[in-house]
Amino acid sequence: MAVGFDRTSIAGKEFPLAGQSQLVVIGSGAAGVAAAIEAARLGLSVTLVDEHPVASGLIGLDVPYMMGERMTAAVQNQARMVEQIAASRPDIAEAFEAGVDVQMGVSAWAAFVEGPTSRALPGRMLALADEGRSWLIGFEKMIVAAGARDLALAFPGWDRPGVMGAQGFGAAVTLYEAFSGRRIIVLGGGAAALQVVRQAQAAGIEVAAVISATSAIAAGLTSTGVEVLSGAIVKSVTGAMEVEGVVTASLGGGAERRFACDTIVTAIDVTPTVEMFDLLGCTTVYDTARGGYVPVLDAEQRCSLPGIYAAGDCAGVSDAGLADPALAKAEGIRAARAAARDAGLAAPEDSAPARAAAPARDAWRREWLAAHAGPQAPELIICRCEEVTLHDLLGVRPPRYLSYDEKRFEKRDLRTLAQDGPVNQDQIKRLTRAGMGACQGRRCREQVQELLAMQGNQPPAAIPLPSFRAPLRPLPLSVLNAHDETPGMRANWSGWFGIAAQWIPHWEKVPENPEYYGGRIFSGGEE
Amino acid sequence: MTYRVVVVGGGATGLSTAFWLRREGAEVVLLEKGVVGWEASGRNGGGASHPYSPLFKEEQRLWPQMDDLLGYPTEFRPERIRVGLDQAQLDQYARVANMAVDQGFQIDKLDAKQLKEMVPWTPDKVAGGLHWRCGGHANPQRTMQAYAWAIQDLGGKIHQHTTVTGLKTAGGKISAVLTDQGEFGCDAVVLAAGPHSGKIAAMIGIHVPMAAARAEMIVTEPLPLIAVGGVDGNGLYGRQTLRGNLAFGGGPHEWIDLPDSKTPRAVNSPVMRSIGRRLVEMFPKLSHVRVIRSWAGVIENTPDGRPILDRLKSPDNLVVASMSSIGFGLSPASGRALMQLATKGRCDFADLSQLTLARFDDLEKDWQEEKGWTSWSPALQEAAS
Repeated sequence: MAVGFDRTSIAGKEFPLAGQSQLVVIGSGAAGVAAAIEAARLGLSVTLVDEHPVASGLIGLDVPYMMGERMTAAVQNQARMVEQIAASRPDIAEAFEAGVDVQMGVSAWAAFVEGPTSRALPGRMLALADEGRSWLIGFEKMIVAAGARDLALAFPGWDRPGVMGAQGFGAAVTLYEAFSGRRIIVLGGGAAALQVVRQAQAAGIEVAAVISATSAIAAGLTSTGVEVLSGAIVKSVTGAMEVEGVVTASLGGGAERRFACDTIVTAIDVTPTVEMFDLLGCTTVYDTARGGYVPVLDAEQRCSLPGIYAAGDCAGVSDAGLADPALAKAEGIRAARAAARDAGLAAPEDSAPARAAAPARDAWRREWLAAHAGPQAPELIICRCEEVTLHDLLGVRPPRYLSYDEKRFEKRDLRTLAQDGPVNQDQIKRLTRAGMGACQGRRCREQVQELLAMQGNQPPAAIPLPSFRAPLRPLPLSVLNAHDETPGMRANWSGWFGIAAQWIPHWEKVPENPEYYGGRIFSGGEE
Repeated sequence: MTYRVVVVGGGATGLSTAFWLRREGAEVVLLEKGVVGWEASGRNGGGASHPYSPLFKEEQRLWPQMDDLLGYPTEFRPERIRVGLDQAQLDQYARVANMAVDQGFQIDKLDAKQLKEMVPWTPDKVAGGLHWRCGGHANPQRTMQAYAWAIQDLGGKIHQHTTVTGLKTAGGKISAVLTDQGEFGCDAVVLAAGPHSGKIAAMIGIHVPMAAARAEMIVTEPLPLIAVGGVDGNGLYGRQTLRGNLAFGGGPHEWIDLPDSKTPRAVNSPVMRSIGRRLVEMFPKLSHVRVIRSWAGVIENTPDGRPILDRLKSPDNLVVASMSSIGFGLSPASGRALMQLATKGRCDFADLSQLTLARFDDLEKDWQEEKGWTSWSPALQEAAS
């Protein structure tokens, strides 16, 4: 049998690697650093990457955390920020000493592995980038310790500068020491809110009040000395251009209260950062006790895809984990030992106890949205990048840059769409553009999920995880640019399949040797 | 009793066919294994400018009317600009453009200065461009939903999450389409299941040769709109969407195996960096613009890369439809042609004589291997050599 070779396909293409590591660890929080040190000590070659300090342009986009434009100009000096982070994290220096290749200010924006629609790569590749360029390194195993993301939940005025997330506040205050606010309001009544209050108090930042829609308040909050308003909502945000204060009311519509503040920290909860798991094709499941979608793991932190492991908050957030980094550290060590064993190395038995069962934590989101995003607020913005309102989301309306026949849409909404099959967040994204913006859905994906579920009287688990696609961080074209591309890529580049007969008139017979009219731009190259 | 057509496949071709059938008064049932427009039909370059197709004139006639015909926005915008960075590129693009000129359409040459006036992002040194006063582009996702809603508004039935499991034949005809959701009786069937059509036709022993492949695109953050958003070149296809994002693809595809009828999870590859490279070569002034997303989709190609649009002799009520990887832009016209094949047996506005299934009767059994249109991996390569 003759076996041909399609030069315009990916077959045989080379993708130069800037390095090779047995193990890559994504994230230098407590879990990631512990994993990297343990794995290096057990004999694996380890690369640890962390995106902090992130480029100041991304901070403005609320990537990776909701920073709410409350960072000082210090973040524009990346060298200073690297020093700052090194000073605040002595365990990173320990990782250096253990022989880990530590790369700070480097984001892991994709990984490419074998799968049903991807067989042609010679091995697993991790795509990395700093402010100036991108590159690929080869890897065998990966421990994802990407932590948690901010859980953005809407309220009137949440799209103004000055609204941050709990993770963003934590990074600004403790990691970057570059928070520009002075007086904050904290939203939420759970462990995330408590953490924010403690971080603020330790840094000498005034906390005007804590506002919680739910009446269940974390025990520690009441002993912080800060006024806690339970069963309260944000009625409005004052300030013409940015946050200058908050007007609250009690849930039943009681008396208004006014607070002056320059920053509002949304700390109702945080949610696991699962983008890399989804990109790789690891199985995820919605777990109410873990704060959102999480990777499905075995007892030793292994994901469904061989050689991929999860540790720390990205495997699920918990009150205990938010309060004590030792739990994340233990998971990091467990994942490193599993990776070492899977690589044929000896590793000690794990003695740390598995995660304790925890109560469900998703009711807070629903209570918040029920209080703020009900029928009384059709014009509430849900997707800030694409300016999708609650009305447009639930009505599956086209985006506002389009004109359309409103009459036609009177009989169309989320409920009629659901009659044609289970509603899917990726479908809603295409119709309304909610989640399609430059923040890559960070500020709306969880609340859209919850709102779709609420509209259909379903649990949030009924709404599938909307897909994550590369690049997992917004990347300038100059950075994405394959500066290291091989000549074979250029020589065989085709705009569309290199099929000669496709590009000449289809009403004529295919000639014996059709000449190529199509998209191949360069010829004569070697594969 | 009305004539009942079952359309298999809720991609661009199947949706358009169902729309035109319903407009002509046929009873229509469209079966889709997942969600309409979910695969390559809903994620592609959105181009509507295909002069090598016998459906080109009809494509050009229909697109400006589609918003009105469907009643929902498709984001169609007329005209295209093609950028040739060097003379070789420009010459190659001119050869395709000449096919449109030969059919009576206007395409103007642009020198570097004229090109820059229309596309301010191009390099200072550039061979030139072509301004198609025909063609255009639309939003694939929105168009797919527009077709589906228009079908429903006209009383057609769309069954999503319905997978075909068999075809029942009687007296030289298909009498019913069998699915995991029950049986659908029919007077005619249009098979437009994209890369899955081959497996469905094989259920009644008909060989529809096709190979599946994955292709990918990248998307940037939105930019202020330029006059003609349908601008591409430098080995890339794509456009500026009406929202302002740039969506571009091109370069190596990957031939894949489709083991079953399920929707494959189409991933991206490091090729996306090379797409970015070509985009910044073409639009160097946009090097700071951020890429925020990527897609991949799975499409099929026939052995000569051309469509199969054919009503078979046996069973004589089966219409086979594959657009061979170029389905979206031509869909308004292909659907109307397929409607005619399903209801009248012939198309009265386009010469489809070269697009029969019978042209592949003498095809070698191992044609895919011969062309190298099979799933390739370094391990397989090693085993073969």
